[in-house]
Amino acid sequence: MDLEQLQRIVLGVIQQPLTSSEGMRKRTLDGRPVKKIVDEVIKPNDRLTSFERLEIYNRVYWFRLLSSLMEDFPGLRAIIGERKFEKLAVSYLTDRPSESFTLRNLGARLEPWLRQHPEFTPKVPRLALDMVRLEWADIDVFDQAELPKLTADDLRSLGEDPIFHFQPYLRLLDLAYPVDELLLSIRHGEEQESDIASNVVLERAQKSPGPRLRLPKREKVYLAVHRQEEETVYFKRLEPDAFALLCALQQGKTLSQAIEESVNWTHGKVENITGQLHDWFANWSSLGWFCKPSAE
Amino acid sequence: MPANKFNGYSDYGIGIGLRIPHYNHIFEKKPVVDWFEIISENFMIDGGRPLKVLDQILDQYRVVQHGVSMYFGSAEPLNREHLRRLKTLVKRTKTPWLTDHLCWGSVDGKYSHDLLPMPYTFEAARKTAQKIREVRDFVEVPIAVENVSSYAEYHVSEMTEWEFLNEVVEQADCGILLDVNNIYVSSQNHSFNPFDYLNSIAPERVAQIHIAGHSKFEKYILDTHDHPVLDPVWDLYARAIELAGPTATLLEWDDRIPSFEEVHHEALKAKKFLKGKQQPVPMDGHAVISPYTNARPDAAEKARA
Repeated sequence: MDLEQLQRIVLGVIQQPLTSSEGMRKRTLDGRPVKKIVDEVIKPNDRLTSFERLEIYNRVYWFRLLSSLMEDFPGLRAIIGERKFEKLAVSYLTDRPSESFTLRNLGARLEPWLRQHPEFTPKVPRLALDMVRLEWADIDVFDQAELPKLTADDLRSLGEDPIFHFQPYLRLLDLAYPVDELLLSIRHGEEQESDIASNVVLERAQKSPGPRLRLPKREKVYLAVHRQEEETVYFKRLEPDAFALLCALQQGKTLSQAIEESVNWTHGKVENITGQLHDWFANWSSLGWFCKPSAE
Repeated sequence: MPANKFNGYSDYGIGIGLRIPHYNHIFEKKPVVDWFEIISENFMIDGGRPLKVLDQILDQYRVVQHGVSMYFGSAEPLNREHLRRLKTLVKRTKTPWLTDHLCWGSVDGKYSHDLLPMPYTFEAARKTAQKIREVRDFVEVPIAVENVSSYAEYHVSEMTEWEFLNEVVEQADCGILLDVNNIYVSSQNHSFNPFDYLNSIAPERVAQIHIAGHSKFEKYILDTHDHPVLDPVWDLYARAIELAGPTATLLEWDDRIPSFEEVHHEALKAKKFLKGKQQPVPMDGHAVISPYTNARPDAAEKARA
């Protein structure tokens, strides 16, 4: 058995979901006996069988990854509850094992996965999906690059029908629920940020169920997730026509094309948009959302 | 402190890990600390608050980078994106040397996010050494590899852990980040004498030392980094200093993190072992006379008590 074969066998066992009593499974998900697999690879000692020795790694793997997802998605946890969140997280991580060297990216594929698996969020599929989109945007915006901002001189050089370039830390979300308010209220009860440098997870992270969450009613929200002051992530609600305009601009459309798309999307009037353009751009510029064309 | 090519001929003292709960204290009180160790992966990002904090730290302190996911021992090729980001960070911190673990943790692009123990085979040693060389050539700073604590061993192993460590660092011509707590944890889990391990490593390759606390369970010990350093680990540290000479030392405290003062105070206990050890003992086939040589772990514990 060469190095790669051995590592494939060991990681395959470690990534098998735990039993309900948080032990290692006796059979793999495809029905093979784990003891036989492990005995061929791992030495026992005078205190622990081969199975028990690898079980330590199996438990640590799941405790660490579940703790990380719990920390990243407190909003989703609050909406569907701790037990359903755990089932969802185990299925997600089993279907989509981490492909990044950093735990920061663990939830990067949760939104598309959840779109394919609404059965994990019965009764609240769109609310849960909106929350996941917002929570991932929040993680992603937090440490994106900040490029040199567009100046008034730069603006003048862009021409009559300019194309704008945006900071990498700006995300635009159209939401069916006001999950921005919901997440802020959930966070209000959460502890302050903690360090994740430890390479050992001794115990399963436990969260006691808080007071029953009051779920919001449907309400269209157009949101910009961005960074400002002290590198803090902020949520800014936008008018529908401003949101549509920004989306088109972010996709690389010229200003005139973006205005046309916004009008078509909102069934509004061109005058309504052009009348507000100055104020909108003044506000977005003051927030630093535009960057120099060459900087992107 | 002995400067050698594996720690960039630097002369660092006692450091502690840079951790979020201590940020306010550090920026408000500006405590005197020889150096901070950062977890590289926490700063291998494009922007935002973590890098702003790091830049503030770099203005006032010396920083050494410690990685947790390069996985020198994984059979698969190195992750180019990881390497690119690591090099960018190295340029920012100007770390005199770079450390990561002698372990594996990924297969077929799937990550465990754990420090998995190596099979101690000649094939694994050769492949691991090759990857260490590749990383060093790319990032252009000296590399030291850390021995990990482990809870399992493989049937295919052809040598002891310390023989494997020596094999890898010789082939890679790299340094050692000697974690004496990990030696102790593994010695208890695998029933070997930790001083046999210490006495066998090449002290001239030791670039840095880690000390930390651990947790005892009924049938094994876990490397938890959530306690003060225990006496048997201090005994190993004393022996390591005896062999390698005063060496850059770092206290790891990553979970249930107490106040900055408490962590720093615990780290500074290492000072008494460093005093008066200006030169390493002569190396002649590890034939060093010492009260710790060949001491049994339990005897060492009693000696401290």
